[in-house]
Amino acid sequence: MPGPMGGPHGRSIAKPKNVGKTFSRLLGYLKDYKWQLVFVAFGLVVSAGAGVAGTYLLKPIINHISELLKSGSTDMSAFIGYLVVLAAVYGVGALMNYIVNRMIVNISTATLESVRVDMFTKLEKLPLKYFDSQTHGEIMSRFSNDTDALRDMLRQGLPMLITSGITVVGVLVMMLVLSPLLTLLVLVVFALMLLIVKALGGKSAFYFTKRQKSLATVNGYIEEMIEGQREVKVFCREDSVSETFEQKNEELRQASTSAMTYAMVLMPIMGNLSYALYAAAAAAGAALAIIGRADIGTLAAFLQYTRSFSQPLTQLSQLFNGFISALAGAERIFELIDASPETDEGDVTLVNVEKGDAGNLTEVPCCTNHWAWKRPVGGGYEYIELRGDVRFHDVSFSYDGEVDVLKDVNLFAKPGQKIAFVGSTGAGKTTVTNLINRFYDVQRGSITYDGIDVKQIKKDDLRRSLAMVLQDTHLFTGTVRDNIRYGRLDATDAEVEQAAKLANAHSFIRHLPQGYDTVLTADGANLSQGQRQLLAIARAAVANPPVLILDEATSSIDTRTEALIERGMDRLMKGRTVFVIAHRLSTVRNSNAILVLENGQVIERGDHDGLIEQKGKYYQLYMGMFELS
Amino acid sequence: MIKKIAKYIGRYKPYAILSPVLVLFEVLLEVFIPLLMGRIVDVGIPNNDYAYIFKTGGLMVLMAVGALIFGALCAKFAVTASNGLAKNLRKGLFEKVESFSFKNTDHFTTPSLITRLTNDVTNVQQAFQMIIRMLARAPFMLILATVMALRISTRLSLVILCAIPFLAAAMAVLTKLAFPRFEAMLKKYDLMNARTQENLIAIRVVKAFVRGDYESVKFKDAAAALKTAQRKAERILVAAMPLMQITMYACILLVLWVGGNDILGGRLMTGELMSFLSYITQILMSLMMITMVFVNLVLSSASAKRILEVLDEAPAINDEAAQAELSVKNGDVEFKDVCFSYADDPDNLALSHISLSIRSGETIGIIGGSGSAKSTLVQLIPRLYDVLSGEVLVGGRNVKDYKIKTLRESIGMVLQKNVLFSGTIRENLRWGNPAATDEEIESACIAAQADGFIRSFPNGYDTDLGQGGVNVSGGQKQRLCIARALIKNPKVLILDDSTSAVDTATDAAIREAFASQHGAATTIIIAQRIASVMDADRIVVLQDGKIDGVGTHEELLATNEIYREVYTSQQKGVA
Repeated sequence: MPGPMGGPHGRSIAKPKNVGKTFSRLLGYLKDYKWQLVFVAFGLVVSAGAGVAGTYLLKPIINHISELLKSGSTDMSAFIGYLVVLAAVYGVGALMNYIVNRMIVNISTATLESVRVDMFTKLEKLPLKYFDSQTHGEIMSRFSNDTDALRDMLRQGLPMLITSGITVVGVLVMMLVLSPLLTLLVLVVFALMLLIVKALGGKSAFYFTKRQKSLATVNGYIEEMIEGQREVKVFCREDSVSETFEQKNEELRQASTSAMTYAMVLMPIMGNLSYALYAAAAAAGAALAIIGRADIGTLAAFLQYTRSFSQPLTQLSQLFNGFISALAGAERIFELIDASPETDEGDVTLVNVEKGDAGNLTEVPCCTNHWAWKRPVGGGYEYIELRGDVRFHDVSFSYDGEVDVLKDVNLFAKPGQKIAFVGSTGAGKTTVTNLINRFYDVQRGSITYDGIDVKQIKKDDLRRSLAMVLQDTHLFTGTVRDNIRYGRLDATDAEVEQAAKLANAHSFIRHLPQGYDTVLTADGANLSQGQRQLLAIARAAVANPPVLILDEATSSIDTRTEALIERGMDRLMKGRTVFVIAHRLSTVRNSNAILVLENGQVIERGDHDGLIEQKGKYYQLYMGMFELS
Repeated sequence: MIKKIAKYIGRYKPYAILSPVLVLFEVLLEVFIPLLMGRIVDVGIPNNDYAYIFKTGGLMVLMAVGALIFGALCAKFAVTASNGLAKNLRKGLFEKVESFSFKNTDHFTTPSLITRLTNDVTNVQQAFQMIIRMLARAPFMLILATVMALRISTRLSLVILCAIPFLAAAMAVLTKLAFPRFEAMLKKYDLMNARTQENLIAIRVVKAFVRGDYESVKFKDAAAALKTAQRKAERILVAAMPLMQITMYACILLVLWVGGNDILGGRLMTGELMSFLSYITQILMSLMMITMVFVNLVLSSASAKRILEVLDEAPAINDEAAQAELSVKNGDVEFKDVCFSYADDPDNLALSHISLSIRSGETIGIIGGSGSAKSTLVQLIPRLYDVLSGEVLVGGRNVKDYKIKTLRESIGMVLQKNVLFSGTIRENLRWGNPAATDEEIESACIAAQADGFIRSFPNGYDTDLGQGGVNVSGGQKQRLCIARALIKNPKVLILDDSTSAVDTATDAAIREAFASQHGAATTIIIAQRIASVMDADRIVVLQDGKIDGVGTHEELLATNEIYREVYTSQQKGVA
């Protein structure tokens, strides 16, 4: 079921459950950069401090000029001295700023890379149950929205926190140093500013949630109606659909306008409040100057300070929301990284062997067509030949732990045999195939492979001995050749072509614009359904496995391509143990054994003729002219 | 291009105009405040004139409050205007898409249309908002502050005037360098996300072929490539800030030096110098803002372009030449030497020279391989596509003669992919006929063999279907879609492979119900299974876009090789 991506729906503003824990986890990722981060913090303090200090220097500079004016001297040497100091302070500030920002870019990009790689590698190890329990959209959102929020926090949020914080504190301190009296005035206005920030911030957050909801609704409607436009046209619903859209559109406009107004209005208010403060300070300061309690230099510096803290204050207030959502996102990211991987306590592996004349097996590093299971026994190993003898012993299984999908299933396949599963939808056919390769593990009973319990075999090795051709083909972005080679990464070009020929795919591939090097997009969207199926068969063919799991469902494919697919599948099945979810008459007729599943149980078994004679469920399905889905 | 988008501002135009106007007042007031401060220092203090100080101070406070009001209003109006623009754009786009024929949507692809309606509109909205606020404020402040600075001292102003072109040039160079790097970074970002998405969807294949580690390595490479690209891009930005700072500081230092000398030389007063310092900040800040506006414009121009592409597209099918009063008389359907190509290319025909005459009330089956264009053929009937040459007639008239709504209301179609919408079963069924009574709904469902399972749900006909109809199985969805088409009571009913998910027995029951209740309607059935069309009055065999044969089941078995082949392969094994 395709779910909408997190992207167009905007960031989710869920609150993090445990800020402290998430934050320290995050710090863990930054551990390697510990000393660099200390330097960065130091640098940010220096750079912010330089700005504050530079403004302070206005006082002695302006005062010096006034003195020179009064005394009539023209000795500029001290003045030049002050300017040099000022230049030095500014220079240090700017340089630090540059260095520190370069470092922040490096650290943040490297951290993000680690986080992303950790997420992805964990993703590949997770059990299928995890993927069943979430929509793709939700998982993707962690890779996109959540990492974006984290990036913003690392790259801008945290540095700004330090810089703005130091600036505000520094400015207030210096103002106090310059003139405690005037600072009182400042504090009053400052308190007023804080109140305004809080009030507007609260309103803004409220409307933003409304806006997010409305945006999700509108975007969801757009998706649904555009995906379903055939229906809209066929049923002439264009007008009514547009009307409904108008309503949702208008709701969005209102919510968004309210939300953004409260957010946008903050800057001009704060900025101009600081001008009002500037004005009041100018008047008060001048009055003080007249009575000799302040000098012009102090006034100059002080006034400059009043202009420099409204911006950092506004920035600080806007940072808060960003942090909350970034931490919430980080929490989701860590949830993914911490999720339990597929359990794999097996110790039996699959190795290449050569068979000696006496029938003994010796392990070789590669490339024979003989395989064996290598089981640690006592102090050494024993080798058991891979033949494809798969058995189910009283297997019961449930996906959710409550409803049994398979009940006490027994089956056996001797090597080279073809076992067909038939039954109505939901009878348990796909589940059986999911269990053979341990996509899920059984709750009761056991499955043995060449006599070894599959739970003892390492999952990767088990899966390497099987190949699957499923109902959903799933191809990857890449060339046709790469996609076929997915079955066996070290296959040569000749082997790839051979596999394609076996699958009856070779001729259509040759007719593609770049043949085998044609690039497939998005799950093979530039191919037809039938062609994708043929590629999937080729992919399995090149893997050349001893055991094959095949799901024959091929709906909505034309008869000619279907015939090609059938012949390809037949060739693929030769000489292997095959478990096939059968949909074709010819398949079941050629099977060694047919298992009829119903409600998770094997109700009939036998070969085709035998089952027809029984006139049971199989006979019924068969008489429906073999529609088994 | 900006003009075209701006046209969509509609009734929010006053806000879009007022906002920059208000900002002018705000800037005016803001620019005067430092000047007045200078007067306090130069006039008030030396003359010990409290009255002057407080009067001027009071005036400045008033001006600040005034600027606050103007500034807040400006922001509010800018927000209102940009959201209004966004709404109108969305509306325009949505209605345009609704008017599109499939030819148009094929041109854009569905995911791209969705992005244009969502992401691209948001980008344009944000850019518009920033532009309204900054585009008036920045240049105006720049000019005004420069004028003020010049009034104080031409000598000092020269310092700034030298800095401006230098800073502007530096910003331009940086911007030019930055764009391609950012584009490259975005591409890598998209690539990485696409990889992840693929893995999510195909996780079973990845695990089955034990490619987890392989995919992880591929991903590591993609993530590393992104990191490098991102660093390259951000480095440019990181260089911009110190550049700006250095320019500002250099200006300040020079102004202090020259200004200090001028004060001693009697050419300048201290208060004036203090005002001047404020103006430096204002001037350089405005320059930064102008750069930001340009950056935003460029970044959003891609989105604007994509939006305009959709808005400028002419719907391929319209009914302007149609006669409004014309109604569909009966279910006669005729194809007269019809040729059709998706690409309008006479050398690439999907259908060639199709001639077929169907009488009202007939049941016609269509059989043929994929690529034989069966679906295309029937989609010409309700004018979902237009022919390249030849004519399609319904009820004796060319389909182009009818108003589209009239035509489509008399044709019912059940498509291959069955789409239901969020809402109850009843609401979905009413798509066929908004005025249908409950009895009519039920009778259609009974004919479609859907009534049974609907009643088995706890809420029956009022059961909610969930997005995309996820609460029902494939076969149930199909039957609901068939019922929906039946409610229309159409003169022509087209079923495109619509019983593939139901078993043979149900299929037969449905066809029987059609025959009995809707016998008067012309029924056209496209199917893979010969069994579904065996009982049709006539069957059409299509091959490679051409008619290979027409006749009854028996006639075709005897005379048509393709039909025979398909029949025998489907019958294989039945003794």
